[in-house]
Amino acid sequence: MAKAKRKSKTPARGKAKAKKPAKVKARAKRAPRRVKKARPVKKAPRAARKAGPVSPLREISAKKIADVVARLSMEANYDLEHDVLEALERGLGAEISPVGKEIFNQLLENAAIARNERMPICQDTGLAVIFVDLGQDAHVTGGLLDEAINEGVRRGYTEGYLRKSVLGDPLRRVNTKDNTPAVIHTRIVPGDRLRLWVVPKGGGSENMSKIAMLKPADGIEGVKKFVAESVRIASANPCPPIVVGVGIGGSFEQCAENAKRALLRTIGSAHPDAFYADLEGELLRIINDLGVGPMGLGGRITALAVHIEAAPCHIASLPVAVNINCHAARHKTAVL
Amino acid sequence: MAEYSMTAPLKPEDVDKLRAGDKVNLTGFIYTARDAAHKKLVELIKEGKPLPLPLEGQIIYYVGPSPTPPGKAIGSAGPTTSFRMDPYAPLLIERGLRGMIGKGERAPGVVEAMQKHGAVYFAATGGAAALLSKRITAAEVIAYPELGAEAIRRLTVVNFPVIVAQDCHGGNIYREGQRQYAR
Ligand code: SF4
Repeated sequence: MAKAKRKSKTPARGKAKAKKPAKVKARAKRAPRRVKKARPVKKAPRAARKAGPVSPLREISAKKIADVVARLSMEANYDLEHDVLEALERGLGAEISPVGKEIFNQLLENAAIARNERMPICQDTGLAVIFVDLGQDAHVTGGLLDEAINEGVRRGYTEGYLRKSVLGDPLRRVNTKDNTPAVIHTRIVPGDRLRLWVVPKGGGSENMSKIAMLKPADGIEGVKKFVAESVRIASANPCPPIVVGVGIGGSFEQCAENAKRALLRTIGSAHPDAFYADLEGELLRIINDLGVGPMGLGGRITALAVHIEAAPCHIASLPVAVNINCHAARHKTAVL
Repeated sequence: MAEYSMTAPLKPEDVDKLRAGDKVNLTGFIYTARDAAHKKLVELIKEGKPLPLPLEGQIIYYVGPSPTPPGKAIGSAGPTTSFRMDPYAPLLIERGLRGMIGKGERAPGVVEAMQKHGAVYFAATGGAAALLSKRITAAEVIAYPELGAEAIRRLTVVNFPVIVAQDCHGGNIYREGQRQYAR
């Protein structure tokens, strides 16, 4: 042991290897001392609590969350984000079908009317899907997070003259009349901020979404085939030009959620992993070669983008999910 | 592909000359109905009861508009997916319905009724709902107000832009167009 220690000081030798045993040794020595020290440490916060609030948590009021959700619900429905508008402009330039060009022009004019007159881009103002990244050092005060979000949806959809498309039960089918409850996906993340995405999702495109538990042997070719086939079958129904969210890997439910989460990414941005960036490009070519075109009436632009979100998965599994978004790819985000 | 301006309701000769891919600007009166209203209409026909709207020569637009804001004739009003109305459409066509406006391809049963009785299926641009609502100058609920967005409305339209998607001669732009641009 002593020999190893001395050797570690010479720069020619691998430091990491030599250091490890030294660290283990030190930890083993210190361990009993730590246990003794632990007691006074535990007592400290109790004393602090008695003295008054010294919480390191950043407070965010439920009311503020509701206000922001209400505003974003309206803005998402009136005001198409730049990434979508730019993708539509690019699509207009690339489309060769005359009917397809006409549709791109209508969509751009529609977006301008909606923004200027504060009218919904599409009459189907969707299920209110909300993604939340809650910093673990943030604390929601004065109410519950989910209730605040639903309050925001209720207000935004009512005050904004947005359509109420939510049924309280899938089989008894009675409209809740205020578009609640929202579909809320919350993650706990580092930091003390709360980030929200409001993503109204129409029924036409949502209904064309699919998931498959492929065999690992199906591999990347199986994934391509499934994605292309889903878009071909969807044809005109999800209002092409579409944005295709693809979840690959994970468990069954994680894969589906990832397909939707993929839609949050800015259209036109490259996937951070070059392997998936290439696959996205190839899938986009395959999809556009289907010839579905704007509104399914035939054309060279069926999809504006393909976004993939991959996740680790089981040795026996290869799940793939396709969540299609229409050209009314509504999304707004805010950080509180 | 021709371009026409037509008056709604439609005459049999209007329907006859339209071909898949033609552009049509519609002016006149059309009716709205979607899933729930279709179910009720078909029930009334089967029970032999009178309908709340005339069918002869008429056009039904598959739409559930967003709520009407103050000062506007109607909220945003783009087409909904048509295949959900496929089980009901043949009976309405048999009773005189001449046109339907929606999005997405129709089932063989609907096409058969269109060919047999002379009816046309138009596609409006899905999601161009603010633009389309500007071409609707008046809207009046004429039946089932309790259905909200799904109530039957009579719309006055001016140059309402649609494309002939499936005609009464078997033409189908979804099939033909997609084949043309596939690689
Ligand atoms: S698929 Fe999208 S654009 Fe089409 S009707 Fe539904 S919400 Fe509107």
